[in-house]
Amino acid sequence: MKNSQHTISLLVCNRPGALIRIALVFARRGFNIDSLVVSESKDPLYSRMNIVATGDTKTLQLMLNQLNKLIDVVHAKDYSDTDVIQKELALIKVECNDNNRTAILQIADAFKCRNVDISDSTMTFQVTGKSSKIDAVRKMFESYNVLEIVRTGKILMARGDEETA
Amino acid sequence: MSNTERTAADVMIDIIHQQGVDYIFGLPGGAAIPMFDALVQSPIELVLTRHEQGAAHMADGYARASGKPGVVLVTSGPGATNTITGLLTAHMDSVPIVVICGQQTTGNLGLDTFQEADISGITFPLVKHSYLVKNPQDLPRITKEAFHIASTGRPGPVIIDLPKDVSSSIIDENVDSSFSIPGYNNDPEPNPEDIAQAAAMISRSTKPVFLLGHGAIISGASKEIAEIVKKMQIPVVNTLLGKGIFPETHELHLGMPGMHGSAYANKALINADLIISVGARWDDRIAGNPDKFCPDALKIHIDIDPAEINKSIQVDCAIIGDARKVLDKMYSLLKPADTEKWLKQVARWKRDYPLKYKKEGKLKAQHVIEEMAQLAGPDAIITTDVGQHQMWAAQFCLTEKPNHWISSGGAGTMGFGFPSAIGAALADRSRTVVAVVGDGGFQMTLCELATAFNLKLPIKILLINNNYLGMVRQWQSMFYENRLSGVDLVGNPDFVRLASAYGCKGFRLKRSADVKKVLTAAMEYNDGPCIIDAEVAQQDDVFPMVPAGATLDNMLLEPPKYKLDKPEGST
Repeated sequence: MKNSQHTISLLVCNRPGALIRIALVFARRGFNIDSLVVSESKDPLYSRMNIVATGDTKTLQLMLNQLNKLIDVVHAKDYSDTDVIQKELALIKVECNDNNRTAILQIADAFKCRNVDISDSTMTFQVTGKSSKIDAVRKMFESYNVLEIVRTGKILMARGDEETA
Repeated sequence: MSNTERTAADVMIDIIHQQGVDYIFGLPGGAAIPMFDALVQSPIELVLTRHEQGAAHMADGYARASGKPGVVLVTSGPGATNTITGLLTAHMDSVPIVVICGQQTTGNLGLDTFQEADISGITFPLVKHSYLVKNPQDLPRITKEAFHIASTGRPGPVIIDLPKDVSSSIIDENVDSSFSIPGYNNDPEPNPEDIAQAAAMISRSTKPVFLLGHGAIISGASKEIAEIVKKMQIPVVNTLLGKGIFPETHELHLGMPGMHGSAYANKALINADLIISVGARWDDRIAGNPDKFCPDALKIHIDIDPAEINKSIQVDCAIIGDARKVLDKMYSLLKPADTEKWLKQVARWKRDYPLKYKKEGKLKAQHVIEEMAQLAGPDAIITTDVGQHQMWAAQFCLTEKPNHWISSGGAGTMGFGFPSAIGAALADRSRTVVAVVGDGGFQMTLCELATAFNLKLPIKILLINNNYLGMVRQWQSMFYENRLSGVDLVGNPDFVRLASAYGCKGFRLKRSADVKKVLTAAMEYNDGPCIIDAEVAQQDDVFPMVPAGATLDNMLLEPPKYKLDKPEGST
């Protein structure tokens, strides 16, 4: 079966061990976790978890069942084909000199990147948005030599009055 | 010690007693001493085992025979890791056990201190849930929560890792121990539309088969199944762990299907137009190659665990919920269909392909097992180890009632049969308990003879002794050109003398003519455990047999006359 990328949102009890139980569900089936974001939810007893993982769809369904079975998981849902608010944040450090600084700033401006650090030979930008936008920014900076990149991983929230899983 | 000064361990033992637990199986060590200390004044009886694996299997057997959770108490490090085989066994077969492990003090955690092991980390994939208790005030709540989780929904093992400073802390007995588990739905409400759809499918079917599993036993669905079978005239097959959910002596019962199932059970599945699985998970021992499993039959799956639906077999209708409730609601929606022709066909298969063996010549395991089951009667509990003897016992011990057959199914744990018999015998001391074991598996946990002897439990240990790891020998002989490797148990002890070394009675059985006489003598010996060392034919194989990974229509009824390919399935 064809592999594809899936975006999963979970509400889980904020307890030690919860993360490892969840990671084991992925590991046991040979699913690679591409990114994972954990944060406290509105209620400190619970955490929200966003996982992006690659694998086949049938296995994903089985894994969602296994995730929902975990005592610590209140619910787990696949949002891959759903219209939700999706954001990611990245810091990108680009090599620069006097000749290309303006060109780099123009690209940054076009993508509404924030300049968060500048030195004689580097500029570091903060960029937020869909993961695809961050991919695009990165691609544009590639020709100027990207020195470092750090991404938070995707976070998501349901639109309107619907509550996110 | 005054009443106001009670340790967390004291309070925990009280709570365990309130759960209806009469026995705790275990073995002490430094980190667990506060718990063992609390047991001194408790009405709960401590069963001191000789090995922690034995303790876990005893708790498992106790749980399966009594329907109550089994409790294990061990120390940290190796004490805890020795229970892992028992945890896997209980996890695979959905058995409620609670394993309490002593642990290093909280300040020493993670420092590689003496007898420290990260038992929560080690056991994550083997348990339904686990706890590492850091705050003594949490222990009453966690204890209640653990028993609730272990014994409700799809049951399973729960582990409590208990640091010594936590268990020995003085706590307020009135601390709030209420719990809420929002992520746990132990009794999903079945969807009425799904039930109606299934009822319509059954009412339309002319060649239906019930496939009954352990889940049906756990939910207590015997009565509901019997009523539907009567109304709809549906033949029944059960899984290895489903034995007893429907009387195996009933004319509509076809035995067990799958790798070593009866030919008529397999033929019924292959030719059915509808298979109704109740609490059975389409295990690979039955399904073989899941893509090719009975492609012409529609499939209904009733299960309390949503994760089992479409896990190995794609089904046409799934009902998520407790089997008893689902079947109860379904009954009135069913309209009897014409199954007469089907029942005649099934009866012909049952007549034409009986399970058989010879009662003369070399002593046959099947003969000994069948005779023992008849002497023990329908009220006896039969436990088994894993291997050839287990399959022969499944074929020839006809089980009439739920919870009278105890065997390691999912994990296939050698060494399970004898200690689980100890647990089962303690669940109701008035019952006859027979442990059917092989010479291989028995030697993995035979140290528990001391435990059974101390408790004066009149367990009959029927040792099917062929001096081989017989099932592996069968595979090597059938699929690996008889290149025997690692299966000859040279060095076996004299089991009759071994029995007497432990203060137990030993019987030797060598000849077919002596079967009834020796077994009767063993049945009449009630002063404690006894071993019947049945020296059976060495080279016998279990038939029918479906090679691993093959489809049910590739079943072998007798030793093949041609060379077989190596099986596709792993085991």
